Amino acid sequence: MTHSLGSAALALAFVAMLAAAAMALVGRGGDERWLVASRRAVYAALGLLTLCVVLIEIAFARDDFSLNIVQQHSSIETPGFYKLAAMWSSQEGSLLLWAWVLSIASSLALYATRNRLREIVPYATAVMAGVGAFFTGLMLFAGGVNPFATPPGPAPADGIGLNPLLQHPSMMIHPPMLYSGYVAFTIPFAFAIGALAARRLDAAWIRATRRFALIAWALLGFGLLLGARWSYTELGWGGYWAWDPVENAALMPWLIGTAFLHSIMVQEKRGMLKVWNACLVVATFSLALLGTFLVRSGVLQSIHAFGDSTVGPYILGLIAVVVLGSTALIVSRLDDLRSEKRIDSLISREAVFLVNNFLLVALCAAIFWGTFFPLISELFTGSKSSLAAPWFDRYTTPLAILLVLFTGIGPLLAWRRVSWASAKRVFRLPAIAAAAVGVALALLTDAASSPWALALFAFATFALVGIGQEFWRGAAARRRLAGGSMPGALVGLVSRNRRRYGGYIVHVGVAVLLIGIAASSSFQTNRDVELRPGESATIDGRTVTYVRPTAAVDPDKFTFGAVLAVRDGGKRYVLRPSQRFYRPTGVPVGTIGSNFEGEQTSEVGLWAGFGSDFWTAVRPNVTAVKQRVGAADRGFRACVSGGPGTPPQCRALAAMMRAAAANPALMPAASRQIGALQLATATRIARTYLGDGAAATFRVIVDPLVTWIWIGGLIALAGALIAIWPTRRTRRRLATDTDLDALKEAKYREIRDAELDHAAGKLSDQDFALLDAELRREAVEILDREPV
Amino acid sequence: MDPQRKRKIRLVIALGVAVMLAVALVYTSFSASTEAKEPSQILSSVPGTTYDMTGKVVPGSVRHDGEGLRFRVEDRDGGAETMAVAYAGTVPDPFRGGREIVLTGALEHGVFVGERDTLVTKCPSKFTTSNDA
Repeated sequence: MTHSLGSAALALAFVAMLAAAAMALVGRGGDERWLVASRRAVYAALGLLTLCVVLIEIAFARDDFSLNIVQQHSSIETPGFYKLAAMWSSQEGSLLLWAWVLSIASSLALYATRNRLREIVPYATAVMAGVGAFFTGLMLFAGGVNPFATPPGPAPADGIGLNPLLQHPSMMIHPPMLYSGYVAFTIPFAFAIGALAARRLDAAWIRATRRFALIAWALLGFGLLLGARWSYTELGWGGYWAWDPVENAALMPWLIGTAFLHSIMVQEKRGMLKVWNACLVVATFSLALLGTFLVRSGVLQSIHAFGDSTVGPYILGLIAVVVLGSTALIVSRLDDLRSEKRIDSLISREAVFLVNNFLLVALCAAIFWGTFFPLISELFTGSKSSLAAPWFDRYTTPLAILLVLFTGIGPLLAWRRVSWASAKRVFRLPAIAAAAVGVALALLTDAASSPWALALFAFATFALVGIGQEFWRGAAARRRLAGGSMPGALVGLVSRNRRRYGGYIVHVGVAVLLIGIAASSSFQTNRDVELRPGESATIDGRTVTYVRPTAAVDPDKFTFGAVLAVRDGGKRYVLRPSQRFYRPTGVPVGTIGSNFEGEQTSEVGLWAGFGSDFWTAVRPNVTAVKQRVGAADRGFRACVSGGPGTPPQCRALAAMMRAAAANPALMPAASRQIGALQLATATRIARTYLGDGAAATFRVIVDPLVTWIWIGGLIALAGALIAIWPTRRTRRRLATDTDLDALKEAKYREIRDAELDHAAGKLSDQDFALLDAELRREAVEILDREPV
Repeated sequence: MDPQRKRKIRLVIALGVAVMLAVALVYTSFSASTEAKEPSQILSSVPGTTYDMTGKVVPGSVRHDGEGLRFRVEDRDGGAETMAVAYAGTVPDPFRGGREIVLTGALEHGVFVGERDTLVTKCPSKFTTSNDA
């Protein structure tokens, strides 16, 4: 039932996407009926794909093992929350998620532009629907990835279950976040292609899709942050980033996306960098596809091994089409892509944006080269060689340090040009603060042992003080105009200029995050110590005592852990790291010893603080326990084999197992009884671990300021949300405005921005007078275009 | 200086920096990289050279040895030869018999000695379904 209904819905969604693309192209001349029909076809695809997702989720919730996807990725005992999230732990489920999120984003974009961008929308629809058709088609035709496929033969009674490592809350949100980020970059890409195809190369397409780019960027960034957090707390190695190909694959589109978000402002305000922006959006989208491809194809050695799959070559084909097609389109439109203006001065925001773009692209290029180096070296030397973290650090560290400096410089400069005198005025305080912090850290702490980290701390101080000064001066200027209290003025300032101040908050978050990364990577202490119960060790001034071992047995896992008492100066706290040994999933009844053959996960004992984290993981020595378990399993086998001299209860057990083997209906009851018996035995054996006095190996990490990575990430996310959130007026305008209205609004905002910069002291009177006159002249030109 | 010429100079500087970065990337990557080899290839190569060994842990071969581990690895697609490995350092959670690993190290007296904290274990595949243990 689900199988046929779902397959039909999926096939119809595919047809709807194809039809939408075709109708949009037919109606590109401006025939309204075709355009309305194509838009409705995209909405229909959204409805159908939503139905598919709902059907799959219902199947997971109801343990419908007649669907392959449910049988392979869930089981009766999988916790309910993870059942619902198990969809995207499968290949076919994540493809469905791709297509579904794309249909949501496309529908939103088409709804928002339903009265605007008449020339661009048809092509953009064709691109979005084309990509949507590609992914739905992949599920239908690529083989082995149809989410509604049924297993060969009759439906099994139970599923294989979800890998315990993945049963972690952040692991459940992390993949859809990354995916949504990848997918949402389709929208700016589609509109850019539309603008190129229609030769409408002003900033209209950027204004229409800027918010989507920002949403995509925020989702991707948050997804990366969640992945890092999961790695830190769940994987038992204490790190958050490993320069692994799949991590890099998600970071690269985010970096280029960051460059894009900055450089489109230059096109919006100055009509420059059009070729560059087109290239960036194509690169971002291609890198997002490449990320999807890397995850799927197994070309590169990665710790995220998702196995070779059938869809890799198709995605590679799509990337080739996107890159070649877009390049050809950009080249053929070079004449239309000429800049309308030139950069006036090197002391201006657009000049800083250029530098920031250069740094971000260089960062991405270095990461790209390192990630694909195994393939490159194989091409030239015949052997696959790979680059390790130190190589990546060598390039990313200096580039990141320069970036954080420009994170501070950018917000301090106004558009177009700033006189040297006003620049000096706004730079004075941040520069003094940065120098003071740098000198103080060098003299009072051991920060000087890592010059890179010291430079980053100084530059980050510059950025934080600079942005703080921006907020202060802006709020003070607003208070002079509107009165009220300083906090009130600050709220008013931010809520009236969400894009600008939201962006500044993102900068604060990034600076804080980079401080956390620099401190925790440069000044980390980590040690492996072997302790017996009662013994202590001192790590970085903290005394850690192994108080006693712990052991627990659950039907699905054994847990062996430790109680650690830590004395850190005057602070005392208790940590309970443990290691879990899961029974292999999908095996009905095994031996007790099979628990040591399944997955193992570390439960980290973590004391998180604003100053530093104390991170512990334990590797218990379970050799003795394993031996006893082995003996128990052997005893059990001997017991039920019913040889001479077996006690009567053994004979009863053996009879029950024989009966169950003969009559499947008795199997569940027999399994339950044996399971209970094993559990009781296992519990008894596990308790012996408490008395063993065996030494356990502890990995102990003192990680300074690592908490600020998460805090910085959340600050950046909050800033992005502020910048994304539309004001009531923009919401109304989105629905009714024409292109000309949007243009007027943009120019009006520019004038207001300049006024704010002037009031906040960023522009001298003379600078402002010049700029204001220019802007007003441009505004009059726009008004003259109004049809009378 | 006329603006046209100034722009040209800026462009040349930017391109120069880009070219320098590219050259640095190429140059350092070839010298800093370590070759990836499978156990059978390492056994037949010169001892003492550092490699990224990629192989599969032979099930049942893992022994704890003080703070370290000793185990044997085989080529990813099986094969008759297995190589002894000694390693001390962080052990990722998914490590166990049957798993694919990457370990940086060198062959010393017939034993592949891994560098500290370089053991990488492939995450259990989310997208393949076989229980490979």
